[in-house]
Amino acid sequence: MPTTNQTDFSGQPDARGHFGRFGGMFVSETLMGPLRELREAYDRFIVDDTFKAELEADLRDYVGRPSSLYFARQLSQRCGGARIYLKREDLNHTGAHKINNTIGQALLAKRMGKTRIIAETGAGQHGVATATVAARLGLECVVYMGSVDIVRQEANVYRMRMLGAKVVAVESGSKTLKDALNEAMRDWVTNIDNTFYIIGTVAGPHPYPVMVREFQSVIGREARRQILQQAGQLPDALVACVGGGSNAIGLFHPFLDDTSVAMYGVEAAGEGLETGRHAAPLCAGTPGVLHGNRTYLMQDENGQIIETHSISAGLDYPGVGPEHAWLKESGRANYVSVTDQEALDAFHELTRCEGIIPALESSHALAYATRLAAEMNPDQVVLVNLSGRGDKDMHTVAGLDGIKI
Amino acid sequence: MSRISQRFEQLAAHNKTALIPFITAGDPDPEVTVPLMHAMVAAGGSIIELGVPFSDPMADGPVIQRANERALKHNTSLRDVIGMVHRFRERDRDTPVVLMGYLNPIEALGYERFAEMAGAAGVDGVITVDIPPEEADDYLAALRAQRIDPIFLLAPTSDEQRIKRICDAAAGFVYYVSVKGTTGSARLAIGEVASKVFHIRKSTGLPVGVGFGIKDPESAQAVAQVADAVIVGSVLVNQIESLADQPDAIAPALSRSISQMRAAMDLI
Ligand SMILES: Cc1ncc(COP(=O)(O)O)c(C=O)c1O
Repeated sequence: MPTTNQTDFSGQPDARGHFGRFGGMFVSETLMGPLRELREAYDRFIVDDTFKAELEADLRDYVGRPSSLYFARQLSQRCGGARIYLKREDLNHTGAHKINNTIGQALLAKRMGKTRIIAETGAGQHGVATATVAARLGLECVVYMGSVDIVRQEANVYRMRMLGAKVVAVESGSKTLKDALNEAMRDWVTNIDNTFYIIGTVAGPHPYPVMVREFQSVIGREARRQILQQAGQLPDALVACVGGGSNAIGLFHPFLDDTSVAMYGVEAAGEGLETGRHAAPLCAGTPGVLHGNRTYLMQDENGQIIETHSISAGLDYPGVGPEHAWLKESGRANYVSVTDQEALDAFHELTRCEGIIPALESSHALAYATRLAAEMNPDQVVLVNLSGRGDKDMHTVAGLDGIKI
Repeated sequence: MSRISQRFEQLAAHNKTALIPFITAGDPDPEVTVPLMHAMVAAGGSIIELGVPFSDPMADGPVIQRANERALKHNTSLRDVIGMVHRFRERDRDTPVVLMGYLNPIEALGYERFAEMAGAAGVDGVITVDIPPEEADDYLAALRAQRIDPIFLLAPTSDEQRIKRICDAAAGFVYYVSVKGTTGSARLAIGEVASKVFHIRKSTGLPVGVGFGIKDPESAQAVAQVADAVIVGSVLVNQIESLADQPDAIAPALSRSISQMRAAMDLI
């Protein structure tokens, strides 16, 4: 078992991708060579000045970074406690944080001479962000999506197709995000010579969790600078929703060594943790191995992965990035959960009091943040990652109100 | 000497190649499995490879995915599969049995507990698709303590260094995955397989088995000319699927396929 220095929070993972006892590379032999090739390319280009300059220019001119940090005055007043700031990833091109990562990985794919891009998607945000960069770089693009999610996120399916991507419906297992990931892995193992697999979150085998973290950390680096400028202090707490965990790690990572900053990752409690119908592996799961890494999972006593439930397709995943598993065990971050109903209430509240329609995923973070802020003082600051906008969720929310759009 | 090594020695003494049929335990229902194992031995199977059902069989193509789903409809667990081997051993003490599956069900049981139970039931080897030797220290220790052979996969993408490392960790035999892809996916290119197997033999004295893409007596025969074992799965599982609603017809159908392959392999 690899030993880790428990206080070196930002120094993870080790050379083989272990965050404490989590992470690693648990894949079939066929993928070990391609993963090494990816790791070498990533290590080389992430410190390459031309690559960095190109990434930075794309994030600025194409994505629209830096995304703003917005003081939510009305929302803060309603809570009557800490001041709430929103990191506006919803303002990015394509409407979520997902594009920070797809831009980075696609540039890497180009450098590696790959001509074909594949991705898995749940809410469709990562699929759209992948199809978008593929269109721009002239790469063939195939997106795997569970057939259940295809129904929930119809508009995003249409967007991907418009962008020139082929969307493949996955009918196996629970027909959601985890099965889309399985299918993308199967495609990759079959087409490794010309194909780059863009994983959409900080899960998967090493080096994906580090690589995606690096591309998403732009969120936390900007937010740290912005909050010091605007509030004149570090935040007392960070709050982000956790599906696979990429927007949360992106926000958390640059603050890990600021030990005064508390961190809250918010999982989907679905219909309630006690009902078993949820997607909260860190709050209610156990460690195991899935999708190439060791992490917390939702599984039965025989090690079979069980079906998850969340109103938001982007959180409907039975695993979680291995770094979160480690941050949980080391005590650096706290993991909590929010039900479908609480997220919906937060969705409506932000929409009505700030004129910002959040994604249902991000609404989970908002729901917890308002609860937390209410118990704090006005001289304290809560910084929430507003990971995406709610346009894609109109269909779901209208449906709950009995309206067909 | 392990039952697997013994079997390879016996076969070699008769100039024969091993034929290793694969089925998923519990497919299409748990009652079928043990009698089917005996039938496959009678038809010429040298070693039985038993798939352990998993909810997320990432390395498998649609045929074996569906077999996993059928078996999981009956909640066939790793404990159940070990129980099947135990029952198989009541009538057959000679034919090696190898379990093939994914790591998470083994993690859930615990490596040591798994190895103890499997060893006691008469399991001879274990292939875990998603554990490379780099992650396998504790796993290997647990299997070795119970004299169970850890069998590892080699792939077209394995370079010389990895081939060495994997062969050093393995026992019983090594399993060369003949195509880049999932189970049941593509046709194998026998020329490439031959040169890769030749290469692997430089790193190990262990028998080399070849699987993925063997579909009929012809391909079984071609592979038998270059390898020590021919592993055949998806064609058999396909037959099980098409006979799922008449379970009595499964054993005769698979026996026919296996004996045809055995006959073709024995011609060389
Ligand atoms: C807006 C938004 N937020 C959050 C997530 C969850 O992913 P992660 O936990 O990797 O940030 C998604 C996933 O689709 C998303 O679309």
